[in-house]
Amino acid sequence: MDEKKKIILKLENICQSYVVKDGVKDAVDNVSFEIYDNEFLVLLGPGHCGKTVLMNLIAGLEKPVGGKIFLDGEEIHGSDKRIGMVFQSLNLMPWRTVMANVEFGLEIAGVKKEERRKIAQKYIDLVGLTGFEHSYPHELSGGMKQRVGIARAYTNNPEILLMDEPFGQLDAQTRYAMEEEVLRIWEKEKRTIIFVTNNIEEAVFLADRIVLLSKCPATVKQIYDLKDLPRPRNMTDKEFLRIRSEVSENTDLAL
Amino acid sequence: MDKHDETKVRVEHLTKYFGDLHVLDDVSFNIKKGEFLCVVGPTGCGKTTFLNLLTRIYMPTKGELYIDGEPADPKKHSISVVFQEPSSMPWLTVEKNLRFGLEIKKLPKEEIDRRVENIIQLLGLQEFRNSYPHQLSVSTAQRIIIGRAFAMQPDLLLMDEPYGQMDIKLRFYLEDEVIRLWKEMGTTVVFITHNIEEAVYLAERVLILTNKPAKIKEEVKVDLPRPRDVTAPDFIRIRNYVTDQIKWW
Repeated sequence: MDEKKKIILKLENICQSYVVKDGVKDAVDNVSFEIYDNEFLVLLGPGHCGKTVLMNLIAGLEKPVGGKIFLDGEEIHGSDKRIGMVFQSLNLMPWRTVMANVEFGLEIAGVKKEERRKIAQKYIDLVGLTGFEHSYPHELSGGMKQRVGIARAYTNNPEILLMDEPFGQLDAQTRYAMEEEVLRIWEKEKRTIIFVTNNIEEAVFLADRIVLLSKCPATVKQIYDLKDLPRPRNMTDKEFLRIRSEVSENTDLAL
Repeated sequence: MDKHDETKVRVEHLTKYFGDLHVLDDVSFNIKKGEFLCVVGPTGCGKTTFLNLLTRIYMPTKGELYIDGEPADPKKHSISVVFQEPSSMPWLTVEKNLRFGLEIKKLPKEEIDRRVENIIQLLGLQEFRNSYPHQLSVSTAQRIIIGRAFAMQPDLLLMDEPYGQMDIKLRFYLEDEVIRLWKEMGTTVVFITHNIEEAVYLAERVLILTNKPAKIKEEVKVDLPRPRDVTAPDFIRIRNYVTDQIKWW
């Protein structure tokens, strides 16, 4: 590291297990890593390796059986409003318009209507949904719905944004478009992003650093620093493909 | 004689309207016997309508589909489809899923036994023979469906983005597997995908569709030796070329 970067989030010896029908199932096994301020970190791992469990732990939606999570140097227990989330399954409220979905968090927090409309509008504009404020989720395409999810997360002004396979349901081309979008948005409004995916190409395209997880139970296999791969990245560039192959070789095949 | 000399499927002037919506516009092409053809196009261009016309789930507004020189008829010809989501019968074991279509076609038991054994061997799925679909991972469930489709030895096998949401590692594995099945069985395959790298990896020929109403923009022959290297300059050249033809993002 050339300059000293501020650590914003730290996972220390995180373990998670569940009681299942015939015993105990380990999902996360002693995972430790650090995330720097305003970094774009990708958590990459094969299907069902425990990635979403890790996200849920960071978001405070469940508690680990072992280990600690530190936010800004302080241990956190449970959810924290400095951490926001974009879900794979969207979780948009179908009876609310785009605007009403995006401003929801602020409404709950008791922010006055005029104020929250202003903030929500800023992020609706940022994700490129200007003109769709009064549309309902069912009127939007898959990529547009994900934009609503991103705007909603930004509107709550979190320090850390968790994105749990947000493009998992999109077709390959819409996915390329959204990957470029999420980078554009991040460049404009820098936040710390932890982005989960099982897609190696997507990981190499997006990340400052990739934390590669093993198959279940998840352990950290390797951490890749992609600082030498300048943006905008080209997916058929020689160096890009070399890194993709290297990461791919090192990834567990989960048939 | 080269197997590739014989035309298996002929598509002539295929056109589809839904009311005023013009989805497919005068699409004509041939598929040779035993060919692996990939179809790519921009998102929302009408690929699925195109596929549904080939399956005869929809009937065309105009145009016709011929198999071995006769108008395609589900009662006479065998057309298999693999969808994006695994579509096995949840109440049947893997082996019974593989047997299902063959039993509907009333093939002799020895023939069914032979074909099912062959597919189970080719896929290396012996240990899952008596499992139920819900006990399998999504990728294994999809492999069963693909095996089931090949076991039918169909006149035409249509695949609608079967590996859509799988990671690259898994996709490469499954793509190699589908090539192995195809080579072994000599099936005529039409494979639809959004993923251009996948199309160039699999296809002997790539059909590029335009935006709606979809027409054939171009045919690209992929004359690369197998197994293909996705980082080879020739591969990347073709991938970039096809991408440029449809890029909207």
